Amino acid sequence: MKFAFSVAMRFLLSSKAQTLLIILGISIGVSVQLFIGLLIQGLQIDLVDSTIGNSSQVTIISTRDDRTIMDWQELIQRLEESALMTDITVVSPVLESPVFIVSTETSPSVIYRGLDFDRADAIYGIKDRVLQGSLPGRNEVLIGKELSEELELLIGQTITVLSSEGRTHQLVISGIFDLRVAGLNRSWVLGTLETAQTIAEKEGRISAIEMQVLEVFDADIIAASLAGAIEVDGIRVDNWKDQNQQLLSGLQGQSISSLMIQVFVIIAVALGISSILVITVVQKSRQIGILKAMGVTDRTASLVFLFEGALIGIGGAIVGVLLGLGLSIAFTTFALGPDGEPVVGLYLNYGFIALSGLIAFGASVIAAVIPARRSARLTPVEVIRNG
Amino acid sequence: MANIVELKNVNKFYGTTVKTQVLFNIDLSFEVASFNSIIGQSGSGKSTLLNILGTLDRPTDGQVLIDGRETGSMKNIDLAALRNRTIGFIFQFHYLLPEFTALENVLMPFRVSNSAVTKEAFERAEELMEIVGISHVKNNLATRMSGGQQQRTAIARALINNPRVVLADEPTGNLDSDTSEKVFRMLREINERFGTTFVIVTHDRRIAEETDRIVEIVDGRIRMDLAR
Ligand SMILES: Nc1ncnc2c1ncn2[C@@H]1O[C@H](COP(=O)(O)OP(=O)(O)OP(=O)(O)O)[C@@H](O)[C@H]1O
Ligand SMILES: [Mg+2]
Repeated sequence: MKFAFSVAMRFLLSSKAQTLLIILGISIGVSVQLFIGLLIQGLQIDLVDSTIGNSSQVTIISTRDDRTIMDWQELIQRLEESALMTDITVVSPVLESPVFIVSTETSPSVIYRGLDFDRADAIYGIKDRVLQGSLPGRNEVLIGKELSEELELLIGQTITVLSSEGRTHQLVISGIFDLRVAGLNRSWVLGTLETAQTIAEKEGRISAIEMQVLEVFDADIIAASLAGAIEVDGIRVDNWKDQNQQLLSGLQGQSISSLMIQVFVIIAVALGISSILVITVVQKSRQIGILKAMGVTDRTASLVFLFEGALIGIGGAIVGVLLGLGLSIAFTTFALGPDGEPVVGLYLNYGFIALSGLIAFGASVIAAVIPARRSARLTPVEVIRNG
Repeated sequence: MANIVELKNVNKFYGTTVKTQVLFNIDLSFEVASFNSIIGQSGSGKSTLLNILGTLDRPTDGQVLIDGRETGSMKNIDLAALRNRTIGFIFQFHYLLPEFTALENVLMPFRVSNSAVTKEAFERAEELMEIVGISHVKNNLATRMSGGQQQRTAIARALINNPRVVLADEPTGNLDSDTSEKVFRMLREINERFGTTFVIVTHDRRIAEETDRIVEIVDGRIRMDLAR
């Protein structure tokens, strides 16, 4: 082993230019593979984040006729005391009630969402997204930017809403929010749970519990174990994955094509290494013949080339990972959107980076198998006979 | 006296479709500690014979015995070990490893079978290099030496493991007659000091005549076997 290793090392060092060239070749392959992998992962994280980062990822909703959940404080308490909380980051009750703003000309229909603002803020970031005014108190309402512009509503004005129970309520506009989704800014108005309960005439009840989870792609699993754990009649547990199948299959398609590119890059690299090492075996066949005449075994002769593969694999992996990270950092530094933010965020997935390096190393060793077998088969007479 | 190497009825054919016979029914053995030469015209089969003696090549049929052991049934891995311990080669084309220095080349057969170079091995290498007169170039890469220096390095390398038998194919082929004479005397001295058996292929009759036994090969057959 040690002998084969030192011979491999010497062979590589004695043709430095060639060795550096192979290492460079592997490095470029690895860096491209790593860059593509990190880029697509970053893209997907950004996409998922902008899609569900500020919305409920797992939701307990009522299946009862009146669409309400009774005893919800108890339910939340049980939830927060359960082991499930290791996966869940936010639990926020909500009561939704459709209303018409009848004090305006068009009487648009909106949803009055009663929230516990301390909890809901972790999902919607509402506190940071109130443009003017303040959070609503009793009989107050926070309206969206687009809605305020279209209906020309200002802070301090009073609006009249008509509930589905047929009663009207007076609400004072306490502020204007911008959730950065025009649709929500138009269709949602926000208030306290108590006000919502008054409007909907559902005292002490809510319509849903909204949650966010640590691993968004595990939302379906968490939802399922949640449904199993709470065992309450008249509710259902939804998760974002079930509601975003199209997005998911899009992401999956992207992942697969990214994976294919990475696999082909690695195969190309491996073939390159293999063919160069085969040439090296031919170049070194004299030496191998001499070594075998001196008593080097076939196994040791093949180990020399496996070690060569391993050594250039390690070199290529290290340089390649550095190069790939450099590429990724350069991309996020220089490829900026109109808002000055990177087009794609940089997410250093250390596991993936380590895996890339490991695959490059493995591919180099595997690529060395054919040359190594050639080296094992070589007989000394082939070389010794005629110079 | 016992034989260190022995060929029994060896035939050697080359080629697969058109077979040409190069060696014909060779029966030949060399005694322990003897000093022998093989002569013959170019193409007569000397190198082929020597390669078969050294287990680098296998005979088409017949037996090769090294130190009493039949080698035909031995596996490559056992042959490798046998070669490393028992046989030293000096090739017609001297063949050093160009990636290594003269000293490293000399120590190579030792390193093949030992995990580390011992002080004794190192001293032995230095001594052998002193004997063949290449101490002053011991740290040169093999490519940075003259043909004669390379050949002498190859001789020192063949002797490092203190083999029972040295098979030398034209060991003085690249040397002028003075140096040639010196190297030859040196081989003789080693033969007498360590009891190493020598089988030396040469085309130089003058050198052959100084050995204890001359075997002449003509067209793959032993024409003359002269012991003195
Ligand atoms: N691989 C081979 N295939 C076919 N014929 C071969 C092969 N190797 C050697 N021969 C033939 O075998 C014969 C003996 O060759 P060998 O090398 O043993 O000669 P030699 O006596 O060592 O000659 P020289 O003094 O020139 O070195 C020659 O006729 C040669 O052409
Ligand atoms: Mg010859």
